[in-house]
Amino acid sequence: MIRLEGLSKSYGTVQAVRGIDLQVQAGELFAFLGPNGAGKSTTIRMLTGLTRLGGGNAWLNGYNIRRDALAAKRQCGLVAQQSNLDNELTVSENLDIHGRLFAMPARERRERIAELLSFVELSDRAHSSVKTLSGGMKRRVMIARALMHRPPILFLDEPTVGLDAAIRRRIWALLKRTRQEGSTLFLTTHYIEEAEFLADRVAFLDQGEIVAMDTPQQLMARLGLWAIDQLSDEGLSTSYFPTREEAAAFCTLQAHELTLRRVNLEDVFLDLTGKKVR
Amino acid sequence: MHGFIAVYLRELLILKYRFKRQLAGMAVTPLLYLLTFGYAMGDIIRMDGSSYLEFLIPGLVAMSSMTQAFAIATDINVARFYWKIFEEFQAAPISNLAYVAGETLAGITRALMAIAVILLLSLLFGVSLNYGFCFWLAVLLNAAVFAALAVALAMLVKSHADQSLLTSFIITPMAFLGGTFFPLDNLPGWVQTVLSLLPLTHASHAIRAAALGQPHNWTDYWLLAALAVLFFIFALRCVGHARD
Repeated sequence: MIRLEGLSKSYGTVQAVRGIDLQVQAGELFAFLGPNGAGKSTTIRMLTGLTRLGGGNAWLNGYNIRRDALAAKRQCGLVAQQSNLDNELTVSENLDIHGRLFAMPARERRERIAELLSFVELSDRAHSSVKTLSGGMKRRVMIARALMHRPPILFLDEPTVGLDAAIRRRIWALLKRTRQEGSTLFLTTHYIEEAEFLADRVAFLDQGEIVAMDTPQQLMARLGLWAIDQLSDEGLSTSYFPTREEAAAFCTLQAHELTLRRVNLEDVFLDLTGKKVR
Repeated sequence: MHGFIAVYLRELLILKYRFKRQLAGMAVTPLLYLLTFGYAMGDIIRMDGSSYLEFLIPGLVAMSSMTQAFAIATDINVARFYWKIFEEFQAAPISNLAYVAGETLAGITRALMAIAVILLLSLLFGVSLNYGFCFWLAVLLNAAVFAALAVALAMLVKSHADQSLLTSFIITPMAFLGGTFFPLDNLPGWVQTVLSLLPLTHASHAIRAAALGQPHNWTDYWLLAALAVLFFIFALRCVGHARD
């Protein structure tokens, strides 16, 4: 459904994306995980036509984004990192303009707007000006707008950044439901729990390169299932164990303050790059 | 075609929501010029058999159609740099032609609204001129020139502050030197030559000649049409620059 071959992008002497190769299957929920500046947004911006392609090539649902740019754009919806709704227009006007941009007939636009506002639980705000909505509501409108033309692929650039925990979970539920309806989702995030909860597969991105790519379970299994954080005079160190019993046995030997927990994707990223994701 | 309609419709909806504010804004400057230059000095100065007010109104029409058409650049930049709405157009399967045509027509629409306000104000000042086909053709061409230029420059600038600089260096001098407030015939030859390079000079000539029932100089119309086409093509080429 999504295929990238040697995708790269430079801004002057800075290489933002360095030859990314990957394939995302139809119906998959794929997450790009990495710290700010890793190249996550640049990749999505290139794939959706917001930024000119550097090197390499990409296909969306079989359409080459260089040769068949307009056809490729029809295959995807985009939820940008920052709200890019028309604040002066109403919710339904925002969706209607989007539908027109994708050549949807009037009747289909009307029906789809009603359907999607019900999906994102904002039917009662159809005629509200966007500027009167909260941040979480705006994000839900952005998701509805991106789904308006029934794209097989949905790109989401940090879809829950800046939202509180309750709203974030609501957005996660929406994304899960969207995926259940058959869409392929490609999201970027620097929230570990978001990638763990949502993604079928995760790619770790660091300095424009993929440093690891697998299911969250497989990535975490590389380290073990259990982690012990140990605070000593040298600082915080973490040890990994395949079983809880082995971790517990390690604890009995230590004099320092310890915390036993499950391994998470942050541990994997830290182990691979020596950096934290956030 | 659907892309062009979507881009234009969005601008019309914004105009609808801002309608009263927009009309008030379009009325303030011409009203001040009419009161200060026209009303106060109208009886003192006469221009080729016309009152100064009759001379001034076509100039104001030319100036306002230029400034209002060019003002679409500000809206595009606010949409691009602050609200990021431009991304919605970039990610949509529409051609550069659809985008530029939609925004250019939006600029022309704003200009026509501003002209309607000036003509209403001029009626209040007791001035009625010839508003026939040639008058509107010249107004349309002038608005098209500056709307297309506005779209092109809005794609090239890197910040909203750059846009303000362009307005200060291109539009404001032209507003005063393009035959709006005084005839250029009495200026030294070299100054006339320099000022004849300004599109607004030709727009002022054409609009004034049509409004005062004077013979038309078709060169003005052809020049404006050529510039409109040139700036439109320039704008088409500039849309890609806004991507990075």
